[in-house]
Amino acid sequence: MDMILGHYNYWMVIIIMMAGFYTVISRGNLVKKIVGLNIFQVSVFLLYISIGNVKGGATPIIEKGVDLYSNPLPHVLILTAIVVGVATTALGLALVVRIKEAYGTIEEDDIHNQDQSL
Amino acid sequence: MIDNIVDITLLSFLVILALAIIRMRSLFAVVMLFSGFSFLSAGLFVVMDAADVAFTEAAVGAGISSVLMLATLALTYSSKNADKEEKPTTHKPWLPLSVVVITGALLIYGTYDLPSFGDPEAPSQLHVAPYYLENSMPETGVPNVVTAVLASYRGFDTLGEVTVIFTAGIAVLLLIGGRRRVKPNVKKNGGDREA
Repeated sequence: MDMILGHYNYWMVIIIMMAGFYTVISRGNLVKKIVGLNIFQVSVFLLYISIGNVKGGATPIIEKGVDLYSNPLPHVLILTAIVVGVATTALGLALVVRIKEAYGTIEEDDIHNQDQSL
Repeated sequence: MIDNIVDITLLSFLVILALAIIRMRSLFAVVMLFSGFSFLSAGLFVVMDAADVAFTEAAVGAGISSVLMLATLALTYSSKNADKEEKPTTHKPWLPLSVVVITGALLIYGTYDLPSFGDPEAPSQLHVAPYYLENSMPETGVPNVVTAVLASYRGFDTLGEVTVIFTAGIAVLLLIGGRRRVKPNVKKNGGDREA
Protein backbone atom coordinates (compact mmCIF):
# COMPACT_ATOMS: atom_id res chain seq x y z
CA MET A 1 0.00 0.00 0.00
CA ASP A 2 2.85 2.37 0.88
CA MET A 3 4.53 1.46 -2.38
CA ILE A 4 1.36 2.32 -4.36
CA LEU A 5 0.70 5.62 -2.54
CA GLY A 6 4.35 6.59 -2.72
CA HIS A 7 4.67 5.97 -6.43
CA TYR A 8 1.15 6.72 -7.70
CA ASN A 9 2.22 10.22 -8.77
CA TYR A 10 5.12 8.93 -10.85
CA TRP A 11 3.01 6.27 -12.56
CA MET A 12 0.22 8.66 -13.49
CA VAL A 13 2.77 11.19 -14.71
CA ILE A 14 4.31 8.51 -16.94
CA ILE A 15 0.89 7.59 -18.35
CA ILE A 16 0.23 11.27 -19.18
CA MET A 17 3.72 11.53 -20.67
CA MET A 18 3.12 8.52 -22.90
CA ALA A 19 -0.30 9.88 -23.95
CA GLY A 20 1.44 13.03 -25.14
CA PHE A 21 4.20 11.04 -26.84
CA TYR A 22 1.63 8.87 -28.63
CA THR A 23 -0.19 11.96 -29.91
CA VAL A 24 3.08 13.35 -31.25
CA ILE A 25 4.17 10.20 -33.12
CA SER A 26 0.84 8.81 -34.35
CA ARG A 27 -1.31 11.79 -35.36
CA GLY A 28 -0.88 13.46 -38.73
CA ASN A 29 -2.42 16.81 -37.89
CA LEU A 30 0.24 19.36 -37.00
CA VAL A 31 -1.86 21.33 -34.48
CA LYS A 32 -2.68 18.11 -32.66
CA LYS A 33 1.01 17.18 -32.62
CA ILE A 34 1.76 20.47 -30.85
CA VAL A 35 -1.01 19.82 -28.32
CA GLY A 36 0.61 16.42 -27.69
CA LEU A 37 3.98 18.09 -27.22
CA ASN A 38 2.42 20.41 -24.64
CA ILE A 39 0.87 17.48 -22.76
CA PHE A 40 4.31 15.85 -22.66
CA GLN A 41 5.72 19.09 -21.28
CA VAL A 42 3.11 19.40 -18.53
CA SER A 43 3.84 15.82 -17.46
CA VAL A 44 7.53 16.69 -17.04
CA PHE A 45 6.53 19.69 -14.91
CA LEU A 46 4.37 17.40 -12.75
CA LEU A 47 7.28 14.97 -12.32
CA TYR A 48 9.63 17.70 -11.11
CA ILE A 49 7.10 19.22 -8.71
CA SER A 50 6.31 15.72 -7.36
CA ILE A 51 9.99 15.20 -6.63
CA GLY A 52 10.20 18.54 -4.80
CA ASN A 53 7.18 17.89 -2.60
CA VAL A 54 7.70 17.17 1.11
CA LYS A 55 4.92 15.51 3.07
CA GLY A 56 3.45 18.03 5.56
CA GLY A 57 5.67 20.79 4.16
CA ALA A 58 4.44 24.30 3.46
CA THR A 59 4.67 26.43 0.32
CA PRO A 60 8.25 27.85 0.39
CA ILE A 61 7.36 31.34 1.64
CA ILE A 62 9.26 32.00 4.86
CA GLU A 63 6.99 32.59 7.82
CA LYS A 64 7.49 32.52 11.59
CA GLY A 65 6.40 29.31 13.26
CA VAL A 66 6.73 27.15 10.13
CA ASP A 67 9.85 25.05 9.85
CA LEU A 68 9.08 22.44 7.18
CA TYR A 69 8.91 23.65 3.59
CA SER A 70 8.75 21.95 0.22
CA ASN A 71 11.88 22.12 -1.94
CA PRO A 72 11.88 25.49 -3.78
CA LEU A 73 14.50 24.59 -6.41
CA PRO A 74 12.30 22.41 -8.70
CA HIS A 75 9.74 25.24 -8.61
CA VAL A 76 12.34 27.70 -9.93
CA LEU A 77 13.37 25.31 -12.71
CA ILE A 78 9.79 24.67 -13.76
CA LEU A 79 8.84 28.36 -13.74
CA THR A 80 11.56 28.92 -16.32
CA ALA A 81 10.52 25.81 -18.26
CA ILE A 82 6.86 26.92 -18.50
CA VAL A 83 7.77 30.27 -20.01
CA VAL A 84 10.29 28.77 -22.44
CA GLY A 85 7.68 26.12 -23.31
CA VAL A 86 5.22 28.80 -24.38
CA ALA A 87 7.92 30.41 -26.53
CA THR A 88 8.55 27.11 -28.33
CA THR A 89 4.80 26.51 -28.72
CA ALA A 90 4.43 29.92 -30.34
CA LEU A 91 7.29 29.16 -32.72
CA GLY A 92 5.80 25.76 -33.61
CA LEU A 93 2.40 27.27 -34.30
CA ALA A 94 3.97 29.97 -36.48
CA LEU A 95 5.63 27.18 -38.49
CA VAL A 96 2.22 25.48 -38.83
CA VAL A 97 0.69 28.68 -40.22
CA ARG A 98 3.61 29.00 -42.65
CA ILE A 99 3.25 25.35 -43.76
CA LYS A 100 -0.46 25.91 -44.35
CA GLU A 101 0.37 28.83 -46.64
CA ALA A 102 3.00 26.91 -48.57
CA TYR A 103 1.15 23.57 -48.95
CA GLY A 104 -2.51 24.45 -48.40
CA THR A 105 -2.88 21.77 -45.72
CA ILE A 106 -1.65 20.93 -42.23
CA GLU A 107 -2.11 17.15 -42.56
CA GLU A 108 1.24 15.37 -42.65
CA ASP A 109 0.14 12.73 -45.20
CA ASP A 110 -0.97 15.36 -47.72
CA ILE A 111 2.28 17.27 -47.29
CA HIS A 112 4.31 14.10 -47.97
CA ASN A 113 2.18 13.38 -51.04
CA GLN A 114 2.93 16.83 -52.44
CA ASP A 115 6.64 16.51 -51.75
CA GLN A 116 6.92 12.85 -52.83
CA SER A 117 9.53 12.58 -50.08
CA LEU A 118 8.00 9.49 -48.46
CA MET B 1 -4.66 11.99 4.04
CA ILE B 2 -6.96 14.57 2.42
CA ASP B 3 -3.96 15.79 0.44
CA ASN B 4 -3.50 12.29 -0.96
CA ILE B 5 -7.15 12.00 -1.98
CA VAL B 6 -7.15 15.37 -3.77
CA ASP B 7 -3.84 14.50 -5.41
CA ILE B 8 -5.05 11.12 -6.69
CA THR B 9 -8.36 12.56 -7.94
CA LEU B 10 -6.70 15.40 -9.84
CA LEU B 11 -4.09 13.09 -11.38
CA SER B 12 -6.81 10.68 -12.50
CA PHE B 13 -8.72 13.56 -14.12
CA LEU B 14 -5.54 14.61 -15.91
CA VAL B 15 -5.05 11.09 -17.30
CA ILE B 16 -8.69 10.98 -18.48
CA LEU B 17 -8.32 14.36 -20.19
CA ALA B 18 -5.08 13.32 -21.89
CA LEU B 19 -6.76 10.17 -23.26
CA ALA B 20 -9.81 12.20 -24.36
CA ILE B 21 -7.49 14.54 -26.28
CA ILE B 22 -6.07 11.55 -28.18
CA ARG B 23 -9.54 10.27 -29.08
CA MET B 24 -11.08 13.63 -30.05
CA ARG B 25 -11.25 14.47 -33.78
CA SER B 26 -12.51 18.05 -33.61
CA LEU B 27 -9.48 20.31 -33.17
CA PHE B 28 -11.49 23.05 -31.45
CA ALA B 29 -12.51 20.54 -28.78
CA VAL B 30 -8.90 19.35 -28.52
CA VAL B 31 -7.65 22.88 -27.80
CA MET B 32 -10.40 23.50 -25.23
CA LEU B 33 -9.66 20.19 -23.50
CA PHE B 34 -5.99 21.11 -23.42
CA SER B 35 -6.87 24.40 -21.75
CA GLY B 36 -8.82 22.48 -19.11
CA PHE B 37 -5.89 20.09 -18.74
CA SER B 38 -3.56 23.01 -18.01
CA PHE B 39 -5.93 24.47 -15.43
CA LEU B 40 -6.27 21.10 -13.68
CA SER B 41 -2.50 20.75 -13.57
CA ALA B 42 -2.31 24.24 -12.03
CA GLY B 43 -4.67 23.00 -9.30
CA LEU B 44 -2.42 20.01 -8.76
CA PHE B 45 0.60 22.32 -8.41
CA VAL B 46 -1.20 24.17 -5.59
CA VAL B 47 -1.83 20.85 -3.83
CA MET B 48 1.88 20.04 -4.17
CA ASP B 49 2.91 23.37 -2.52
CA ALA B 50 4.10 25.08 -5.71
CA ALA B 51 2.01 28.27 -5.71
CA ASP B 52 4.28 30.24 -8.06
CA VAL B 53 4.31 27.46 -10.62
CA ALA B 54 0.51 27.23 -10.40
CA PHE B 55 0.12 30.97 -11.13
CA THR B 56 2.40 30.74 -14.13
CA GLU B 57 0.81 27.58 -15.49
CA ALA B 58 -2.71 29.01 -15.17
CA ALA B 59 -1.80 32.33 -16.79
CA VAL B 60 0.76 31.30 -19.38
CA GLY B 61 0.12 27.59 -19.98
CA ALA B 62 -3.68 27.60 -19.95
CA GLY B 63 -4.20 31.18 -21.12
CA ILE B 64 -1.64 32.21 -23.70
CA SER B 65 -1.03 28.72 -25.17
CA SER B 66 -4.74 28.19 -25.79
CA VAL B 67 -5.13 31.63 -27.36
CA LEU B 68 -2.18 30.93 -29.67
CA MET B 69 -3.64 27.56 -30.67
CA LEU B 70 -7.08 29.06 -31.33
CA ALA B 71 -5.48 31.78 -33.45
CA THR B 72 -3.63 29.12 -35.44
CA LEU B 73 -6.87 27.20 -36.01
CA ALA B 74 -8.56 30.40 -37.19
CA LEU B 75 -5.71 31.03 -39.65
CA THR B 76 -5.43 27.49 -40.99
CA TYR B 77 -9.05 26.35 -41.34
CA SER B 78 -11.59 28.10 -43.55
CA SER B 79 -14.83 29.27 -41.99
CA LYS B 80 -16.71 26.68 -44.08
CA ASN B 81 -15.13 23.87 -42.07
CA ALA B 82 -16.72 24.94 -38.78
CA ASP B 83 -15.87 21.69 -36.95
CA LYS B 84 -12.16 21.99 -37.78
CA GLU B 85 -11.88 18.20 -37.90
CA GLU B 86 -8.58 16.47 -38.40
CA LYS B 87 -8.38 13.78 -41.08
CA PRO B 88 -8.58 10.16 -39.87
CA THR B 89 -5.14 8.54 -39.82
CA THR B 90 -4.43 6.17 -42.69
CA HIS B 91 -1.84 3.95 -41.03
CA LYS B 92 -2.37 1.33 -38.34
CA PRO B 93 -1.73 2.40 -34.72
CA TRP B 94 0.28 -0.70 -33.74
CA LEU B 95 3.82 0.59 -34.29
CA PRO B 96 3.47 3.86 -32.32
CA LEU B 97 1.39 2.06 -29.68
CA SER B 98 4.07 -0.56 -29.10
CA VAL B 99 6.81 2.09 -28.95
CA VAL B 100 4.79 4.00 -26.35
CA VAL B 101 3.96 0.92 -24.26
CA ILE B 102 7.58 -0.27 -24.21
CA THR B 103 8.91 3.19 -23.29
CA GLY B 104 6.25 3.57 -20.59
CA ALA B 105 7.01 0.15 -19.13
CA LEU B 106 10.74 0.96 -18.96
CA LEU B 107 10.02 4.31 -17.27
CA ILE B 108 7.68 2.68 -14.74
CA TYR B 109 10.39 0.08 -14.03
CA GLY B 110 12.73 3.03 -13.40
CA THR B 111 10.39 4.59 -10.81
CA TYR B 112 10.97 1.65 -8.44
CA ASP B 113 14.35 3.17 -7.55
CA LEU B 114 12.88 6.62 -6.85
CA PRO B 115 12.25 7.65 -3.23
CA SER B 116 8.53 7.62 -2.46
CA PHE B 117 6.42 10.75 -2.98
CA GLY B 118 6.81 13.36 -0.22
CA ASP B 119 9.71 11.61 1.53
CA PRO B 120 11.56 14.29 3.60
CA GLU B 121 14.74 12.14 3.59
CA ALA B 122 14.96 11.94 -0.23
CA PRO B 123 18.37 12.99 -1.66
CA SER B 124 16.82 15.93 -3.53
CA GLN B 125 15.64 17.39 -0.20
CA LEU B 126 19.01 17.13 1.58
CA HIS B 127 21.51 18.72 -0.81
CA VAL B 128 21.37 22.50 -1.43
CA ALA B 129 17.67 23.17 -0.80
CA PRO B 130 18.12 23.68 3.00
CA TYR B 131 20.77 26.35 2.31
CA TYR B 132 18.30 28.47 0.34
CA LEU B 133 15.49 27.92 2.85
CA GLU B 134 17.72 29.06 5.74
CA ASN B 135 19.70 31.89 4.12
CA SER B 136 17.51 33.49 1.45
CA MET B 137 15.58 35.62 3.98
CA PRO B 138 18.66 37.16 5.71
CA GLU B 139 20.64 37.46 2.43
CA THR B 140 18.01 38.89 0.08
CA GLY B 141 15.13 40.00 2.33
CA VAL B 142 12.56 38.31 0.09
CA PRO B 143 10.24 35.98 2.04
CA ASN B 144 9.29 33.96 -1.06
CA VAL B 145 12.22 31.61 -1.62
CA VAL B 146 11.25 30.85 -5.22
CA THR B 147 11.30 34.55 -6.12
CA ALA B 148 14.57 35.04 -4.22
CA VAL B 149 16.31 32.27 -6.17
CA LEU B 150 14.77 33.27 -9.51
CA ALA B 151 15.45 37.00 -9.34
CA SER B 152 18.47 37.27 -7.05
CA TYR B 153 20.65 34.14 -6.84
CA ARG B 154 19.92 33.09 -10.43
CA GLY B 155 19.18 36.50 -11.93
CA PHE B 156 21.42 35.88 -14.91
CA ASP B 157 19.55 32.67 -15.75
CA THR B 158 16.36 34.68 -15.84
CA LEU B 159 18.07 37.16 -18.16
CA GLY B 160 18.95 34.19 -20.40
CA GLU B 161 15.31 33.11 -20.30
CA VAL B 162 14.28 36.57 -21.52
CA THR B 163 16.78 36.17 -24.37
CA VAL B 164 15.14 32.88 -25.34
CA ILE B 165 11.70 34.49 -25.43
CA PHE B 166 13.05 37.42 -27.43
CA THR B 167 14.61 35.03 -29.96
CA ALA B 168 11.35 33.09 -30.27
CA GLY B 169 9.44 36.34 -30.76
CA ILE B 170 11.82 37.45 -33.53
CA ALA B 171 11.53 34.03 -35.19
CA VAL B 172 7.72 34.15 -35.11
CA LEU B 173 7.76 37.65 -36.62
CA LEU B 174 10.16 36.52 -39.36
CA LEU B 175 7.95 33.53 -40.17
CA ILE B 176 4.50 35.11 -40.31
CA GLY B 177 4.81 38.83 -39.64
CA GLY B 178 4.49 41.64 -42.18
CA ARG B 179 3.72 39.72 -45.38
CA ARG B 180 0.76 40.12 -47.67
CA ARG B 181 -1.41 37.05 -47.80
CA VAL B 182 -1.06 35.14 -51.09
CA LYS B 183 -3.26 32.15 -51.86
CA PRO B 184 -1.03 29.08 -52.32
CA ASN B 185 -0.44 27.70 -55.85
CA VAL B 186 -2.69 30.26 -57.58
CA LYS B 187 0.14 31.81 -59.55
CA LYS B 188 1.63 28.49 -60.59
CA ASN B 189 -1.67 27.05 -61.90
CA GLY B 190 -2.34 30.20 -63.92
CA GLY B 191 1.11 30.00 -65.48
CA ASP B 192 0.61 26.36 -66.46
CA ARG B 193 -2.59 27.11 -68.26
CA GLU B 194 -1.02 29.83 -70.38
CA ALA B 195 1.87 27.59 -71.39
